[in-house]
Formats: sequence, C-alpha cells, structure tokens
Amino acid sequence: MSKVIAELVIRGSQDIFKQASDFLDKAIKEKGPAQKIGFPETAFYLPAANALLGAKVETLKDVLPILEHAKSLLPDIPSEKVWLPYLGDALNAGMSTLFCEEIIVALRYLYGQEPQKDCNGFFTDNILRSLGIQLVDGRMSGFAAILGAAPDNKTAVEIIRQLQERNILIFVGSQSEGRSIIDQLLEENIQMGWDNYIVPYGRDTISAVYALNWAIRAALTFGGVKPGEAQKCLMYMKERVLAFALALGKVDEIKCATAAAAINMGFPVIADTDIPEIKASGITTYEALVKELNYKNIVPRCIEVRGIKVKVSSVPIPVAYAAAFEGERVRREQLYVEFGGKASAAFEYLTTLESNAVEDGKFELIGPDIDQLEKGKRSMPLAIIAEVAGRKMQKDFEPILERQIHRFVNYAMGIMHVGQRDMNWIRISNDTFNKGFRLKHLGVILHAMLHQEYSAIVDKVQVKLYTRQEDVDKMVATAQKAYGERDERLSGMNDESVDTFYSCLLCQSFAPNHVCIVTPERLGLCGAYSWLDAKASYEITPTGPNQPIIKGGITDDRLGQWKNINEFIYNKSNKTVEKVSMYSLMDAPQSSCGCFECIAAVIPEANGVMIVHRDHSGMTPSGMTFTTLAGSVGGGVQTPGFLGIGKLYIVSRKFISAEGGLKRVVWMPKELKDILADKLKKRAEELGESGLIDKIADETIATTAEELVSFLAKVNHPALTMEPLI
Amino acid sequence: MDNLKQQDKRQTIDLATQEMLQKAKKENIKTAWDRLQAQEPQCGFGQLGLCCTVCNMGPCRIDPFGEEAQVGVCGANADTIAARNLARKVAVGSSAHSDHGRDVAHTLSLTSESHAHAPGGHAHQHYTILDAEKLKSVAREFTIDTNKTKEQIAKELSKKLLEEFGRQEGELVFTKRAPKKRQDIWKKLNITPRGIDREVVELLHTTTMGVDNDYKNIINNSMRCALSDGWGGSMVATEVQDIILGSPQPIRGKVNLGVLKENYVNIVVHGHEPILSEMAVRASKDPELLKLAKSLGAEGINLAGICCTANEVLMRHGIPVAGNFLQQELAIITGAVEVMLVDVQCIMPSLQEIASCFHSKLITTNSKARFPGVIHVEFNPENAYEVAKQIIRVGVENFANRNKERVNIPKQEMDLVAGFTKENTFHILGGKYRATYRPLNDAIISGRIRGLAGVVGCNNPKQTHDYFHTALVKELIKNDVLVLQTGCSAIACAKQGLLIPEAAKIYAGKGLQEICEAVGIPPVLHLGSCVDNSRILTAASHIIEEGGLGKDLSDLPAAGCAPEWMSEKAIAIGFYFVASGVYTIFGASPFSTLGSKNLTDYLTNGLEESVGGRFEFCDDPLKMAELMIRHIDKKRKALNLSPLIYQ
Repeated sequence: MSKVIAELVIRGSQDIFKQASDFLDKAIKEKGPAQKIGFPETAFYLPAANALLGAKVETLKDVLPILEHAKSLLPDIPSEKVWLPYLGDALNAGMSTLFCEEIIVALRYLYGQEPQKDCNGFFTDNILRSLGIQLVDGRMSGFAAILGAAPDNKTAVEIIRQLQERNILIFVGSQSEGRSIIDQLLEENIQMGWDNYIVPYGRDTISAVYALNWAIRAALTFGGVKPGEAQKCLMYMKERVLAFALALGKVDEIKCATAAAAINMGFPVIADTDIPEIKASGITTYEALVKELNYKNIVPRCIEVRGIKVKVSSVPIPVAYAAAFEGERVRREQLYVEFGGKASAAFEYLTTLESNAVEDGKFELIGPDIDQLEKGKRSMPLAIIAEVAGRKMQKDFEPILERQIHRFVNYAMGIMHVGQRDMNWIRISNDTFNKGFRLKHLGVILHAMLHQEYSAIVDKVQVKLYTRQEDVDKMVATAQKAYGERDERLSGMNDESVDTFYSCLLCQSFAPNHVCIVTPERLGLCGAYSWLDAKASYEITPTGPNQPIIKGGITDDRLGQWKNINEFIYNKSNKTVEKVSMYSLMDAPQSSCGCFECIAAVIPEANGVMIVHRDHSGMTPSGMTFTTLAGSVGGGVQTPGFLGIGKLYIVSRKFISAEGGLKRVVWMPKELKDILADKLKKRAEELGESGLIDKIADETIATTAEELVSFLAKVNHPALTMEPLI
Repeated sequence: MDNLKQQDKRQTIDLATQEMLQKAKKENIKTAWDRLQAQEPQCGFGQLGLCCTVCNMGPCRIDPFGEEAQVGVCGANADTIAARNLARKVAVGSSAHSDHGRDVAHTLSLTSESHAHAPGGHAHQHYTILDAEKLKSVAREFTIDTNKTKEQIAKELSKKLLEEFGRQEGELVFTKRAPKKRQDIWKKLNITPRGIDREVVELLHTTTMGVDNDYKNIINNSMRCALSDGWGGSMVATEVQDIILGSPQPIRGKVNLGVLKENYVNIVVHGHEPILSEMAVRASKDPELLKLAKSLGAEGINLAGICCTANEVLMRHGIPVAGNFLQQELAIITGAVEVMLVDVQCIMPSLQEIASCFHSKLITTNSKARFPGVIHVEFNPENAYEVAKQIIRVGVENFANRNKERVNIPKQEMDLVAGFTKENTFHILGGKYRATYRPLNDAIISGRIRGLAGVVGCNNPKQTHDYFHTALVKELIKNDVLVLQTGCSAIACAKQGLLIPEAAKIYAGKGLQEICEAVGIPPVLHLGSCVDNSRILTAASHIIEEGGLGKDLSDLPAAGCAPEWMSEKAIAIGFYFVASGVYTIFGASPFSTLGSKNLTDYLTNGLEESVGGRFEFCDDPLKMAELMIRHIDKKRKALNLSPLIYQ
C-alpha cells in the first residue's frame, strides 16, 4: 500500500461510513428500528456481516452494531512526515467499507432503489450453487469485477471479449467521469446476463459490493466455514476464489476503499491509470495493486496477477470460442438459420467405428451449406453424425461424448444449441454467418474439442453432416435405434451389477472435505456426473477426481455402506467423515459440496420427506426456502435429515431406500414433479403405489407442515403409516 | 581546535556527543573516553581470557606465547580458564535480565492483589492490567483457565511465572514457543533450560575450582543458562511489562540530547526497568507538580530517557530519548538536567561525580544499585506513584538551582518511529481481519527482502561511538536486509535518521524499499529494550510458523550482531541467539577467549554443527555486513529461494 493509496483508501472509507451512517439514521427515522431489512433469496442475511461477524441482521436496529464495528475500524489518515505503518490500517478501512457498502445497498433495497436500471442488483445464493460445477471443472476460470469505463466503447468490448475468451465471469459497473462500462456495452449491443458471463451490478462503486458479498458466500456455501470465522473465510477466498478487480479510468477514493476490501479477500486490483503500485504480496497471492497502461496487455496482466490458470480452447473457426459463450442466446431478430426445434427435422448422433473406417479430421457435408439457403427460408434439416475410433473407446462412452456436442457447439460465439439427440435445436446468428461461419466449422469444432477433452479415449474423429430432408429422415432411424438400446442398457445397470463405484472429488478445490460417491443408481448431487461419466472421466484422466473404488464387502445393505467406500471417504475427507450411507437420509447421509440440484429434508410432522429443487424460490413445508435449507447442507458436512441430491436420484431404486424410498416423499414443487413426471410415474408403479404421485403435495396444496399433514391424511399417503422416521 | 575536532571524530560520529565532549574537555570533566585512555594499554591477559582469579591458589595466568606456564596452580589450562571466565559472564548477564524479569513478575503478583498502589489513589497512580488480551494469551500458554476475572488470571499467572524462576526440573514454558525442530535440538543436546535461577546457579557452580574442565561442556551449559534468559527471564520481563504497562504500538518519538528543553524541568530516567519510569511518566503530568514547576519559572516538566529505560518509555509513550549508553554522562554535562533517576544496569559509577559538577541530582531507587553519598528513594510497586512524584518534585525544586550560564543543550534531535512487537506485526501487515506474517515471509521468499538482521547491543568507547551501528545498518538495508533493533543500537541508528519511514527511500535497496512503502514502515524496526530481544526470538518463531522459510530458526535467512557491545548481558544475549540457531557476530573486540584456540574455534566453528548457529568476531562494519549478507545468502540458497528481484 503506497502512502498515497492508503490515504485515498482511508478517506474513501470515512466517506462511505458517513453515507451509511446518514442513510441508516434516515431509515430509522422514517421507518422505525423494527423495520425489516435484507436481500432477496439469501440465507445469509447481510452476507459480509454474517460471514465475518456472525451477525444475523434482520431489522434496521440490527444494523447499528455492524455500523459501530465499521466505525471502530476507521483509522487516521497517515501523517505527511514520519508516518506510522498504514498497510494494516488501510486494510481495516477496506473492511469498514465492505460492511458500510453492504449496509448502503441493503438500505437501497428497502427504499426500492435497487436493482439499478439494466442491472442485476444483489446476486442470490442459488446462482452461486448453480455455477459451482462450472467453477470446478474449469469452464469458469475466474471472476473479474470491472469498475469504471474504458476510454472508448471499442476498448470496452475488446476487454470483455478477451475475458470471455478466457472463461472469466465478469461483473461490470461503477463509472469513471460519468461513464459506465455498462452503458458502453449496452451501446454496443453486447448480450449481458449470467449465461453470457457478463453481469452488470450497478452504475456506482458502492454496488460493486454485490460481487464481494457474493464471493464471500462461497466460503460458507462450499468451504464449510461457519459464520463469524472471519479469517478462515477470507483465507478461503484468497486461496480458492480466483477473483480480481479491474479499475478502468480514474481511481477515486471510493474505488480505493472498495479495492481495499477486495484486497482483504486476496483479490488484487489492476488499473489502467498511472497509480502507485503495491507489489508486496502476502495479503494477495501476488502483487496487490498493479497498473497496466497498455490495453492489449491488460487482460493477460490480470490473469497473471491473480494466478488464474486458463484453459483456452484453440478452435480454428471465424468466431470467438469459449465456455463464456455457452449461455448466449441467438434471438429471432439476429437469426440467420436454425435447425431442429420446431423449425426443421434435426438430430445428432455419435457412434464408434472400427479404426480403419475413420479418417481423422475428415468432414463431409452432404447437401447444401448454409450460404445456399433458399431465399426467404431461415431453417434447414440437419443430421450431425460424429464417428469416432479409439483403442480405449467403449460403447458406454458414446452417450457421454454425444452429450458434449451441446456444450461444444454452444461455445462458439453466435451459435446457440439446445437439447440433445433428436430433440436438438441449433441457431446460427447473422453476425456469425457474416464472419464466415459455415457448416464445416461444426465439424472443426467437434473434431478439435473431442480430441482436446477426450484424447485419452478417442484417437480419430470424422464428422458427417446431412442437410437434405430425405437423408435426415433415413439416418434418424439408425440413431433412434441406438438411443433406445442405450436407454435399455442404462436401465439394466444397477449397484449390485457392478463391483466398482467412482469417487468424485472435483469439488474439493472449493469444498475440501467433501467426497461424492457415484454409483449406477445414484448420480452425483450436482446432476452432472453419472456412474458412466465418472468411469469415462477415470479412463481419460486416471489420476483425476474420479477414482474407482472396488466396493468390496458390504457392511450394511439396508443403509448402503461398504468397508472400502468408508475407508476411502475417511481418507479423502481429510479424516472428517468416517462413514457414509449411500441409501439413507437419516443415518450418516452423504455430505454435500454445495452445488446440489435438490435438497431432501425430513418433515417430522408428516413422517416423510420433502424435496425442493434449486429453481423453486417459494416457501416449503419445512418452514424454509431452498436457500435457507441449503445453508444447513454443504461444505462437506454430514447433516442427518438433510441431503443434497441430483434430480435423477429421486427416481432411482436406491433413493433413500433405508427410509422406504419414494414412498416417503410427501412434497415436491410442481415444476420438479413435471420435469420428472414420466419417471416418477414409472417408479411409483414399480413400488406398487401407482397413485403415489398424486398423493405428493406441491406448493399449490401446502406450504406449511399443518397444511401438508392434513392433505396427506386426506389422500391417505403411505408415509403416514410407515415406520417412524425419527 | 582542528586537532580537537579530529579527535572527537574518532570518539563519536554523533554531533551532539561531539559538542558535549568538547564542553567536557573545556570544563575539565572526565568521561568514559578519557577513562579508557587512562586504562590503556588494557591488560593483555584479561583480553585473552588467560587470567584466572577463581581460587586463592592464584591469581594464575597462562603465557600466550607458550613459553612459560601453560597451566594454573590447579592444573587448569587455557581452554578451561577462558571457558570458565566466559561462562561466568554468561551467568551474570543472564542473571541481570532474569532478575529484572522476576521483579516485573512480582509486580504482576502485587497488581493482581491490588497491592501495587496506594489506597485511594487515582487509577493512573497504580498498576493495572493494561493488556488483558495478552494476559489471557500468555495465561493460556501456562494452561490457566482464562474464564475468570483479570485479577484472578493475573494472580495465577504471576504465581506460575515466579515458579519458572524456582523450577528445578522440566522445561521452561516459553521454550515451547520455539519451532518444534529447535526444541528437539535443545533436547538432544540436553540444553533445554529447566529453571531460570537453577541454570544461573548451576553454571556458576560448574566454574568454581575443580568442577568442569571440559571447555565444550562449559559452553553447552552456558548456552542452557543463556536460553533461560532469552526464553525465560527476558521473555517474562517483556511479556509482563506488556501486560501491566500496555503492549507497544507503532509510535513516534524524538531522540538525541536536543530533546532536553532549556525552559523546562528536565528529568532523565536511566537504567532498565520500566516499572518506576512508567510512574515517572504519569507523575510528570501531575497538576500539582506542573503548577510548582511554573511557579519556579519553568514552562513544564520534560521527561527524557537514557539506555533501555528510555526504550521502554519510548515504546509505550513516545517519551523522548536523550541518548544511549555513552551519552549518560553527557546528558548531565548539558547542565540542564535537574534529576537523573536511575534503577539498575549500565549506570556508570562516574555519574555522581559528574552530577556534582552541576546542580543535577542523581537519585537511586533500587536497593540493588546504590551509590555512596547519593540520594536514595527506595521504590517498590506499592508506593510507586508517590516515589515517582517525590523524585520529580526534587527535580522541579532543583530547577531554581540551575546555572543558566552553564547550560548548553545541543540542537540535534531526530524523529523516529518505534513500537514494533511480534504481536502487532500481525496487524501492521494484515490489519484486523487478515492479521498475518505472510507479507513478510512472501517478501523474503520472493526476494524483495534478502533477509533479516538483528542489530542490538551497547556502546563501547573502544569503538567510534554510534559509527559501527550506523555504518553497518546502512550497509545492510542498502542490501535489502530488514533490520530489527533493540537497546542502545536502536538509539544510535535513530539518531542518524534510520528509524523514520522516509529512510527507506534514502538508504534501502529497491526491494526493501517496496516493502517499506507498501507497509509504511522504516527499513529499521525498533523492538524495544534489551530484554525485548526476546521479541525477536518469538517473531522469528512466528515467521517459521507462517511457513515457507524452513522448519527451524537456523533455517531463516537471518543473522544477528552486537557491534559496539560492552556488557556481560550482551554475551548472554549472544549465547541465547547462537543456541537458538542464529549466526551472531560481535564487533568492538572479541570475547576474551583468544588465549584458547580450541575454545575460540569451538565458538566460531564447532557450535554450528550442534546448534546451527555460531559466533563470529569482526571489527569493521562493512566487513560485518558482508559476513551477515553472505550468511543470509547461504541460507536463501539452502531454502532454494528465488534470487533477489533487484540485483
């Protein structure tokens, strides 16, 4: 911290403190001390105050001690001569600013001043959970918070694109001399939103606290850090949340104070102006504050200073290619051509051939390309057939590789891919077509990416595309036959028929004590890893996160416990979890990293279990929303009665079979029921309870335990007569 | 005149000191420099350590040229005689620090029983627990349940601390602060100190006639004794002083004789124990005394310090420092000192004679340290404020006796920043929330800071006063070595402006400069008095704990030195640093061991193999800096650290 910067930080922190203090006085005067205050959809109150102080702020009155604490952190401004050490002081000022800025934006919510126009406002807990898996598998390599504005729109877009190409989630906002990068991007028609890795937080520096108090929740959600464990929380962020701040334009006092908050979290700051640098490391992993005046170098400098490892896919196509473009939509007005969906017949199919039948890199287009599109038409039929060969390739891996087509195609900028198999839907934008993208580039993408990610099992890849209706019709039959066979084979696979389960330790990069065990009948709680996926992943990277565990002798077949599995878990959970029941919710249930799709939780009054999925934001009969429930699961801790699960586990034969399985389920959100409708029905029939699904309440029937119990009694739900759960 | 100037230059580099030496000469007042001259040539046998007065068969001396007697009457050879002489100095040095520690622990005990104040006095007139957090954390080290009142904890802690002095078996509790590997080395060599007093007594025993004749064994036992000082008595002193007087925080101060004020009553506190001087600080603000001072024509009461007492009140209150060891006589020679209040250690017997040349009154306060014919006001913690007030009143009343024509206060005064401790380093580097040593470790690992040097110790008229300290320290910081200081060495460098943060830009290498700029610190950190060398030991242990710089203190890219040493306490400090694994160089003249080649070789070479640290002797500051840097580089290499960023 150079003295100049320390001075700016401390002045800024004093200013922010005053703003918070005045705003709170006004609010208390106008609304009274008992007025509720908080952010939408979070279990963590005011998250920074909760994480670092253990405070549960619910009313304006509760804010007072936080503000008092923030005041106690405010240091004196360093003297002109013979100054006293200021680094610790400036860091304290940063923490004061963090608390105060959080208070200010919470008060703005109270007054309806947030979210700001075109901005996201407060980032919810769920976004963090749903991004969890992308964070660990490298699709999201880090986070950038941009404050200010680039000197011109073109530079702004270039910086954003460079960050996107490196798969960095970008929070944009604040301003410099009245200009915000948000408006620069809006003017350039850049798509923003979580799916595009560009999230506008607000047009002032104070609202950048959304990015900070979002990051802070990672420690609580995944790291097993308890509220109030401040130093642990901050160290978690330094070591595991690869974020940095990029200050564009003039760096004022408020930006400095906010930057000091970020530095406390180990997030370095990179500026495009000539400021004094802080090269000392220790609070941050490398330099704390650096300048880079050349815009060409600014993004690489950011990456270097934060120590981010970027996996860049180099795919020779005319548009940018990166995971950051996966979620980008191609809207009707931008559309050049589309395939599948409601527009035309289309499917994608990946199959294994003998090695000599595959010529690596070969691409065939049978039928017209997209530049020969008939005038006035905006769709074409399309069959994508990828043929692979490899010594270690197995039939079982085909569906796994085929499923990647979705991701691989989506990574291209200006191309949208939805669905899979014969229910796919692909759109190509005008821009992308104009830049020279043709169908052969789909072949280039699949060839490059299958090699890049699956080179351990795939030796050769060739791609054929058919764009004539008659060809597509003819080919689809073969594909459909294969789809059917695959489903058949999968449904025949069960925990008893294999001798090996797989671990998944992918999330240990942020949840160091959590171990997932993936079995044929229980997929990973994130929903992303089935037993076959784990198996393939092991073949691809034998030293990777998915390790085979010979399950060995079973020690409890009701609970689903194996000696070898327990030993593995004990060792890999850093000796924090001694045993895990694969089939029980109540007795040594599996821990969670935090990115579960659903939570199953006991409703004691109903002698049953409710399940809520991430997308359901309403109240549940447990008295808690998903967000609040999620607070008690996660971080690699076992919590009997609560379980994080993948959606498909609900319809597994092994779903909490120790407690009676699906028959225990008394409540699910309607949306989840709809998603799983056919499978639930089938499973209920297997259990001899064909009417079961209708006996499971949803939010339209009950949102309290009382309402639930009276409904269950009315429909005579089987759980009521089952063995007591507790 | 020219001739005189030249001579002064040889005596000191400090302008204020030069000026006062001229005044002394003019007024025919003898100082340490004159007395040194009168002693020359000094006794060669004494210098070589070959004179033995242990028993009444002697005195014996060994002929250094190998021609005459090679053994004493009892048969002791040069190795035994020199080792015994050295060991006795270690014991005495250790006893000085440790006895200081005992007195402080005793004060804690009285504080806990509320005896440490006169009944009815104001809160500031008695001792209280000023750092409750530190009280608790030290108590936890002694496995005391801290879920009690401060007084109860203090009572139990003082009992346990006092027991450390009388302990017969086991290990001193503070030795657990050392890295595990260091503790293992001590155990293996059987030099883990058992009880503070025991080690001093046992070492003295082994040096009496006809006991220990193995110079290596004598040195090993000396190390154990010294460890009972560094990780025992001194550490008790530091820790308890922080508890009852408050832990230091970075603070500004001023230094050199210029801090004495012409129109004020000048009270100089001198010695080592801060317990009384703390009360002097408080009493100097007593409204009654201030009123009296004004009524006698003074503008106020100005308190200033000399030696380690100065460092103690500087660290906690920013009280100005009048000077270091060799300036104690000169402070009186300014003619502006009303009272010099002394307690123990480093108080020159000459003071009374010099004071008698002026109106200045020397007042002793400790029954352990008295002068014939000098006013003695016995101090004890129960009546501390009253005693302090009484003494200052003497000073105030004495203002009227000042002969203004004989007053000559040098102009020199310099700013400084002091108040660094092993505890506040966490906060200075990381603030409240990220309290950590990491930035320091990172700075060393990444090669911005080359390493650490502890530069401590006294003054010695055999050396040009302050020159060795400052020339050495400038050379070290120029080479990106962060310097930690205590005692008179810190005062020397402070006078030359090395302890202000601005010094980084002027004197430090680019890497060190970047760190100083990032943190806002001077390139030379003042950690306090000579018992506060224990702060350096624990700070070094924290660095090891933080990680990345080895597992033992001897792995650290660090070195220690005492460039202008004179006291037996310096030898004890040197011994506990070496026994803790630190390469330690002594300037001035070497230990009195050169008469025994074996012993000298063991100290400067042999020890490294067993304890990882060793002694070195060097009489040139730039050469000493080079040796320290070479050692630091050797340790960097052993740790496989990256080369310095700016080299």
